[in-house]
Amino acid sequence: MFGTHYRLERKSIVLAVAIMVVASIGGLIEIAPLFTIDETVETDPDMRVYTPLELAGRNIYIREGCYACHSQMIRTLQDEVERYGPYSLAVESKYDHPMLWGSKRTGPDLARVGGKYSDQWHAAHLRNPRDVVPESIMPRYPWLDETPLHTSHLGDDLRALRKVGVPYTDDMIANASADAVAQASPDDDTAGLVERYGDATQIRAFDGDQRTVSEMDALVAYLQILGKLSTVPHQAAATTPVVPPVTER
Amino acid sequence: MVSGLTVSERQWGMAILVILAFIGLAMAAAGASRADPMQAHGFIVLLFSLAVLGVLLRGFFAPEPPETRLESYYDDPSKVGIVVAMVWAVFAMFVGDWVAWLLAFPDLTFDAAWSSFGRLRPVHTTGIIFGFGGNALIATSFHVMQRTSRARMPDQFSPWFVLIGYNLFCILAVTGYFMGITQSKEYAEPEWYADIWLVIVWVTYLLLYLRTLARRKEPHIYVANWYYLAFIIVVAILHIVNNLAVPASFAGVKSYSLFSGVQDAMTQWWYGHNAVAFFLTAGFLGMLYYYLPKRAERPIYSYRMSIIGFWGITFFYMWAGSHHLHYTALPQWVQTLGMTFSVMLLVPSWIAAANALLTLNGAWHKVRDDATLRFMMMAAVFYGLSTFEGSFMAIRSVNALSHYTDWTIGHVHAGAMGWVALITFGSIYAVVPWLWKRERMYSPALVEVHFWLALAGTLIYVFAMWNSGIIQGLMWRTYNDSGTLTYSFLDSMVAMHPYYVARAIGGLLFLIGAVVGCYNIWMTIRRPEHTSAPSGDAPFPSTLQPAE
Repeated sequence: MFGTHYRLERKSIVLAVAIMVVASIGGLIEIAPLFTIDETVETDPDMRVYTPLELAGRNIYIREGCYACHSQMIRTLQDEVERYGPYSLAVESKYDHPMLWGSKRTGPDLARVGGKYSDQWHAAHLRNPRDVVPESIMPRYPWLDETPLHTSHLGDDLRALRKVGVPYTDDMIANASADAVAQASPDDDTAGLVERYGDATQIRAFDGDQRTVSEMDALVAYLQILGKLSTVPHQAAATTPVVPPVTER
Repeated sequence: MVSGLTVSERQWGMAILVILAFIGLAMAAAGASRADPMQAHGFIVLLFSLAVLGVLLRGFFAPEPPETRLESYYDDPSKVGIVVAMVWAVFAMFVGDWVAWLLAFPDLTFDAAWSSFGRLRPVHTTGIIFGFGGNALIATSFHVMQRTSRARMPDQFSPWFVLIGYNLFCILAVTGYFMGITQSKEYAEPEWYADIWLVIVWVTYLLLYLRTLARRKEPHIYVANWYYLAFIIVVAILHIVNNLAVPASFAGVKSYSLFSGVQDAMTQWWYGHNAVAFFLTAGFLGMLYYYLPKRAERPIYSYRMSIIGFWGITFFYMWAGSHHLHYTALPQWVQTLGMTFSVMLLVPSWIAAANALLTLNGAWHKVRDDATLRFMMMAAVFYGLSTFEGSFMAIRSVNALSHYTDWTIGHVHAGAMGWVALITFGSIYAVVPWLWKRERMYSPALVEVHFWLALAGTLIYVFAMWNSGIIQGLMWRTYNDSGTLTYSFLDSMVAMHPYYVARAIGGLLFLIGAVVGCYNIWMTIRRPEHTSAPSGDAPFPSTLQPAE
């Protein structure tokens, strides 16, 4: 063994190729099957896609680095299920390019935050978290209200997402900008939006201001849809056991 | 420094910079057409190219350098790389300490988007890992590969392309986060165009390394080079696979990753954990395997331990990433594989750490007297401790408690401050007098001060995070007698405050140490060149050795 190595370490190209081969094995065995084994991701024929406004909100969530402090992945531990809701399933982030499971909970998990608080609460909390939660250490985002949302190129975003596998239709792509505006303008004509994205689409002035579509509208719309794209987790939770708590009472 | 380049190398530099300036201009124009932050990045590329071009032009018309240059190693890029690494260190540690204070006092910032925690945090991580760590690795690898091969680099253009191009990548990354340009993939945040640029730079780096090895006058490739090679090759593989994405528009910064959900999560943590393995471990083990035995003036303890450690690390690490995803929606078989290999990983890790510490046998009196060597020794100790902690935390039931908490942050910083930064400072203190041909560092006493500041800072930081992380994890899972959760999330957050203050103080000590180090390095460079005494650096091989 060491004799072989004695010869190997005299040839730089052979050494480089050996490193490449040895280092590739683990990733190939762990990652490649995730694309081929069907059980990896549950099926949900009713899985919804993000509307353009929610997608824009998601991009603001990414831009501001929210994922650095908030996870979106409830583990199969009983205390997490009791605190946050049914544990997360793979299917829920099936259309998340990239996923935002997170790695740190400086703040609480957000996988099921949708519908938990009112729009007004979210908007006030984002403007200054300490107005509603005095002990909070979250940053303030007062500029979200004042910044109009860029909607003109959302069609490009939907088209790119379709290329990587999200089932956006031509109709959705063509109307992306108008749909984003419509979702935050309940008094306008929203029939097309509902037709494209379904009856469950939430149409409101999320920031409380009817006149403009702000970044606050988009971010709150996104937060309010979290955990609501699929109903499968709520069905599965009744049947699958979770890991019981380990701490003594 | 420009006058040391040949005329054709200067012309190559000029050509590349002019092309780059035009690319910057095109990016700015494209971004402007759709009010995209690409515009700002275009101007940054343009200004960067023009600034480097300005430096190049100042020496452009100097006469051709003498042929005698070929009778020495080429160290100018290493010198610049080390200075740049220290600048990144101070900048990124400052931002790190700032965000640490923000967690204790959230309004301690400007009322502007660029200065909020979420944007500053990747500035800190990228600045440390890629700015400080990456530049230190590039600079030392140039130094080490030439000495251990006993050969000069094949040309003088490639090392500058690698170093300057790499820093352009770092600048694009960090300025991007301030503007909100990010892919949100941890430690792989830069967007698609910066990623493509890094691939070009990185391939040049690999070719330069292989070309230098091809010129070596030493039949065997020394172990430090195995590690540097693994660092370069595997980081290339990781970077390319994890950053596969489709841009929304070629005139815009935004892209969407090719993978989604569970596959994306696994790819990301395969990348994330192996960025730790091959950027923050393999590369720095390369440093350790050269500078520690050189400074201690002792040969590496065991050749066989070097081999087992190296291939064990290269093979096992790549399986370990899934331990970041215990109890998640990732299939359990992948979690179990990740846990198993993470535990096995302790063996090669401790072999490498033990090999370093046993090398010091017979030189422990030097460890006592020489703070530079003590930096390296302490780094090996922290390497052993944090790899043990890592294997421990990868066990599923331990991870149930530690994941999502500050314990992870403590673990990462035991590695980043205790191992990566200490070995880097030790190596820099060893190599600076060699590169600038000084007798010694300006002030050995200040090296001593830096050592104790760095060690104290690391210990305060790590102990604070152990406490906060374990308290957090326990509070989240505590039930009261009626069978309901005892603490709200907010309760756990409020309990963190004293530890966040302590952590920020630890970080501040570490930052002060780095500033002291910068001053010491700067004063060393300003000292007059030393001519008579032996410098300790490996001499360039004379051409008349019959054995070759």
